[in-house]
Amino acid sequence: MSLIVNSVSKAFGRYPALADVSLEARQGEFLALLGPSGSGKTTLLRILAGLEAPDGGAVTFGGEDLLALSARERRVGMVFQHYALFRHMTVARNIAFGLSVRPRATRPSKAEIGRRVGDLLRLVQLEDLETRYPSQLSGGQRQRVALARALAIEPRMLLLDEPFGALDAKVRRDLRRWLRRVHDETGVTTVFVTHDQEEALDLADRVAILKDGRLVQIGEPQAVYNAPADAFIYDFLGGAVRLRGHVAAGVLAIGDWRTPTPDDAPQGGVDAFFRQDQAVINGVEGEGFLAAVKGMAQRGPAIRLDLEALGEPLELLLAAGEVPDFARPGGTVRIAPRQLRLFAAA
Amino acid sequence: MTLANVRAGRRRQAGVLPGFRLSMAITLTWLSVIVLIPLAALAIRPWELGLDGVWRTLTDERVVAAFRLSFGAAAVAAAADAVLGLIVAWAIVRYRFPGRRLLDALVDLPFALPTAVAGIALTAIYAPDGPLGALLAHVGVKTAYSPLGVVIALTFIGLPFVVRAVQPVLEEVDREVEEAARTLGASDYQRIVRVVLPAILPAILAGVGLAFARAVGEYGSVIFIAGNLPMVSEIAPLLIVIKLEQYNYAGAAAVGLGMLVISFAILLVLNLLQTWLTRRSRG
Amino acid sequence: MSGSSKIHLPGWAPLIVLLAIAGMVALVVLPLAMVFIQALGNGVDGFLEPFSEPDTWSAIKLTLIVAGISVPLNAVFGLAAAWAVTRFQFAGKSLLMALIDLPFSISPVISGLVWVLLFGAQGFFGPALDAMGVKIIFTVTGLVLATVLITLPFVARELIPLMQEQGADEEAAAMTLGAGGWTTFFRVTLPNVKWALLYGVLLCNARAMGEFGAVSVVSGHIRGLTNTLPLHVEILYNEYDFVGAFAVATLLAGLGLLTLLAKSFLEWRFAGEIAATRRH
Repeated sequence: MSLIVNSVSKAFGRYPALADVSLEARQGEFLALLGPSGSGKTTLLRILAGLEAPDGGAVTFGGEDLLALSARERRVGMVFQHYALFRHMTVARNIAFGLSVRPRATRPSKAEIGRRVGDLLRLVQLEDLETRYPSQLSGGQRQRVALARALAIEPRMLLLDEPFGALDAKVRRDLRRWLRRVHDETGVTTVFVTHDQEEALDLADRVAILKDGRLVQIGEPQAVYNAPADAFIYDFLGGAVRLRGHVAAGVLAIGDWRTPTPDDAPQGGVDAFFRQDQAVINGVEGEGFLAAVKGMAQRGPAIRLDLEALGEPLELLLAAGEVPDFARPGGTVRIAPRQLRLFAAA
Repeated sequence: MTLANVRAGRRRQAGVLPGFRLSMAITLTWLSVIVLIPLAALAIRPWELGLDGVWRTLTDERVVAAFRLSFGAAAVAAAADAVLGLIVAWAIVRYRFPGRRLLDALVDLPFALPTAVAGIALTAIYAPDGPLGALLAHVGVKTAYSPLGVVIALTFIGLPFVVRAVQPVLEEVDREVEEAARTLGASDYQRIVRVVLPAILPAILAGVGLAFARAVGEYGSVIFIAGNLPMVSEIAPLLIVIKLEQYNYAGAAAVGLGMLVISFAILLVLNLLQTWLTRRSRG
Repeated sequence: MSGSSKIHLPGWAPLIVLLAIAGMVALVVLPLAMVFIQALGNGVDGFLEPFSEPDTWSAIKLTLIVAGISVPLNAVFGLAAAWAVTRFQFAGKSLLMALIDLPFSISPVISGLVWVLLFGAQGFFGPALDAMGVKIIFTVTGLVLATVLITLPFVARELIPLMQEQGADEEAAAMTLGAGGWTTFFRVTLPNVKWALLYGVLLCNARAMGEFGAVSVVSGHIRGLTNTLPLHVEILYNEYDFVGAFAVATLLAGLGLLTLLAKSFLEWRFAGEIAATRRH
């Protein structure tokens, strides 16, 4: 029972929102759709929910054609970015809505609905708030009500649109772990949309990255993080340092620094990337490219180093023990990246 | 709107919320039956008189006098509404005084009071033996049964439009622009002239436009106080009624169409002016 | 609004407030008071006299009938138009919205005239209908048509900005939860707009019951048959029965006051649930 999206396209007027997107979410998988705003990720989610019709392509779930079904018939739980809770209904009635609108023949009894609502309230840890109205809840609580409401219909698939977008940082981190736990408990195939790469990498089983309506990479978080398919993804996944370099005869030149490259490296002008925390600081006599230390600050458990190399500012995030004494503002050091990835310069 | 457009809309919306076809069908049917077809009758009917006949109807001296009164009095009344409306809105927004909420609620009375009731009440007040009419007659001003009476009735009718248009904008100005101007060291008078007035001018104009549009066509509150003397205090809508009573349908339609065309032209100009002012005060 | 941001015009505040109050009293409050003063000019008996006449009661009945038909029709139209305009994108939407507002800028007399042009004795369809024995002008049907045209925008105008503001997310959520179109409408949309709907219906009703110009053209002023309350006021007034005219007018003034009261209450109590433009 997996979700298969096959070559889906959608345009709004003359603006293409999705172009030939294909992907698959396996049974019980937690899939993130990651991309900057305007990448088409929300459009794709709304197509899965039946709130938008694609111009072309196919969407199936367990072999069944989803596009032939209306939003109402799909039994897909959707959590909206701003929750879309029914403002004039209590928490309990919000959660019960999906069950209470079923045709009489398949509608559970009042008592049964009450029991199910109770179970869901426990699952989302909102037992005492069932008589409140949405306007009386905090953002995090609303989010959990929206999730419980979507789960109430026993959806075959759960769709979340920027589930943490409207919450502050602390609540966001707590809810993120909690959501993962709920997913593992219920085992529902879940697709969620986010523009936050950290969230996607932290939470998802696999991450699909979209850009300008196209799927540019899909894979497990570590694989995507360690082997981004192109410069855009490397940059977008965060913590990236980009340097301009030149490759000739198997040697990469960055400033006055020379280092051998693998055989399959692009030739000529390149963008060389490494992660902010993947570098060794050496003295001016040592290995690496030359950089001037401009400043230094504590950031969480790490130290942030503000540097300038090749006339451009760059930032490193290193553990305190990795920063030698001679790396002080005003000084000059050499930076040796642990692993560089090269992409032909755009 | 053409049917083809509606179909295109339908296609684009397929699969989303239901009810497009039904709600559109109700909306378009109702608009057609209640607004479009009747107005089409108004647009067609006069021409059975021929271009010549329509021209002769509209340039008849009694019609010209009525048009002059209807549009003239409406313009004067709208201007009076601009002044009084600004004062009332200013008092309600800016100052705290006993009875402020009541005053605020009473602003809508001309909306809520049936026009015929307003008409006979205003007449009773401004008639030569009425409380204010006697006072004014004493100083030699005849109000009821004269063009001035028409202006008073139209001012009454139009007042809420200006107040309700200006009020929210004035509140907005209070919060935003003005504190900024104060921190820049502007004096109170400078702030009113340079900051407040330019910001609310588009709103005043919008309110004046609405008041004017309403006043031009107003009937119930005017006919009692006007005295309805041909050539002097006879308004254009009354002329339509008179022509209808003479079974001169085409003539009545010609006067009606003439009124509509002129007032839409004036409203269009006001609208453009307002857009221009808004853009200027934003830019 | 903080007090410190107020403009301090030395000595001007009382003047402006006084001017505002004086203007409002002379122009608005005095006419209202005058209705009651004149109505009681001959004492309570004089006030009650017109209410002992069957013509007055038939005018009251007719007014209720006309409003009772027109207001629900325009409420249904308002809901349909608001749904179409705020829930879908289509070409010509702004034209449609302009058309909905159009009756506000048409003279009431013209709103009556157009029906005479269509269905009057010499109207486009008048003779044909006459041959079939159908009469519209000088009947209740004509009164309803004129009233419907005059009051067409009221409900739609209240609903459209509110539904625009609320967005379609809740309806979309209801659909994904398995609710059908009508269920969604009755259980999600309607409860969300009920106060705005009531507000619009209130204004629509006040205008429908108080309308004079448009119904005057199509009514024919047949006493006891096609005379609504405002027309009855006119007839009594023109017959120099001033006290009677004002006595009947107190009913309409009372309706106006009641409308104002209910309107102020809705604006105060349900500010968040009616259109933003109405929240003072």
